[in-house]
Amino acid sequence: MSDIETKRLVSDFATDWDHTDPQWVNDPYPIWEDLRERCPVAHTDRYGGGWFPTTHEMVSSIANDTEHFTSHQVVVIHTKNPEGAPPAPMGGAPPITSDPPFHRIARRVILPAFAPGPVNALEGQVRALCDKHLNALGEAREFDAATNYAQFISPGVIAKMLGFPERDEDLFREFVHLVLDLVDLEPAVRIPMFVPMTEYFTAQIEDHIANPRDDFTSYLLNVEVNGEKLSPQHVRGTMVLTLVAGIDTTWSAIGSAIWHLATHPEDLARLVAEPELMTRAVEEFLRFYAPVTMARLVKEDFDFFGVPMKKDDWILLGFPAANRDPEAFEDADRFIIDRAVNRHAAFGLGIHRCAGSNLARMELRVAIEEFIARYPKFELADPSAVTWAQGQVRGPRSIPLRVLA
Amino acid sequence: MKVVIDGDICQGQGRCFSIAPSLFDFDDLGNGVVLGDGTLSAETLELARLAQANCPEHAIFIVESS
Repeated sequence: MSDIETKRLVSDFATDWDHTDPQWVNDPYPIWEDLRERCPVAHTDRYGGGWFPTTHEMVSSIANDTEHFTSHQVVVIHTKNPEGAPPAPMGGAPPITSDPPFHRIARRVILPAFAPGPVNALEGQVRALCDKHLNALGEAREFDAATNYAQFISPGVIAKMLGFPERDEDLFREFVHLVLDLVDLEPAVRIPMFVPMTEYFTAQIEDHIANPRDDFTSYLLNVEVNGEKLSPQHVRGTMVLTLVAGIDTTWSAIGSAIWHLATHPEDLARLVAEPELMTRAVEEFLRFYAPVTMARLVKEDFDFFGVPMKKDDWILLGFPAANRDPEAFEDADRFIIDRAVNRHAAFGLGIHRCAGSNLARMELRVAIEEFIARYPKFELADPSAVTWAQGQVRGPRSIPLRVLA
Repeated sequence: MKVVIDGDICQGQGRCFSIAPSLFDFDDLGNGVVLGDGTLSAETLELARLAQANCPEHAIFIVESS
């Protein structure tokens, strides 16, 4: 019987790590600190076998090494190299699943849309979206800041960008939940769950072919590289990436920032009193609560920092763990709201730097600015009711909040 | 002294033009670019050093003007 059927709780993360274990989901930081001191590369036989490096140096080294590590699969699941998945070098969701040299082509296609110029032009739209959801809270003095606020911001922006109906937001959250959270399901259960998502994208693509408009989907359908349009698989993969990567990553960052401010009144008071701190505060939120962990597969057997890695071993690429490494950051385990030097890796490092980082950063800043302008004082209404997402994107999924006078 | 960005190392993390918009801008892909010829005064040298210390890719260099 495999651990898929009866999941064992982890007793030693150094030899048997599982990022879906409740202890890791609730508070991974002490686990990472412990591993960093005594491993520092943890191993597991789960998910078909893999490694979890915990230092900034190692994470950076892997992120920058496309010779020994492939991005073909960036989410750790029970299946490696699944049948029917688009082959390397493109992978299922270009460019995040692409390796060089194809990666560069796929990335150049999308970067202009996410450069600071076009992103800054969306700020008014994001602010209006935040106001809309804050207005909807009315006079409520207690509400859930995750389900009543944070989770609405990024789906609204992404839906508009892709040209999908905003009313389908609930569906998008389901899709993302499947791809990023339900990673420990048995393949026979998980794979059929993708059918509604595949059908939804097919319908959107057909609609955009029949009715082209000024949005990112139509752009992908029509853009030419060296005189040729992108393959249908490429278009679909990049659309899926945009939706999946653009939603609960940012919503997790917004949620973590609100959770932090609810539990650290001195930081909330400072941010309200000194709005010029926001730029540094945003980077510190990103460092301290980096939502995204990536993955790689080892390409061929090789020795990494003395660790004998085998072909097709997973690498759980913990940018959030790198961000807490005391070798890389002074007072790494302290949240310092005005930290001046902050070379964090929340958006990854190297050629796969999050393509949406400018958008994510702007959404996080605007969502927090609007929230604290409306509610300059708040606290957790029920600390024990806060829950955190499982999988490679970490953020609070419930933040019961009480507004204070 | 002058500040330069190594375009082969820069990945468009976006920190330099956020910290020091008087010294850096971005191109169509969102990669950092140095404004003008990058020559630094005593005052802007500090700002350039701060941007350098915040670049996750270590793509910013401060060099002797030639």
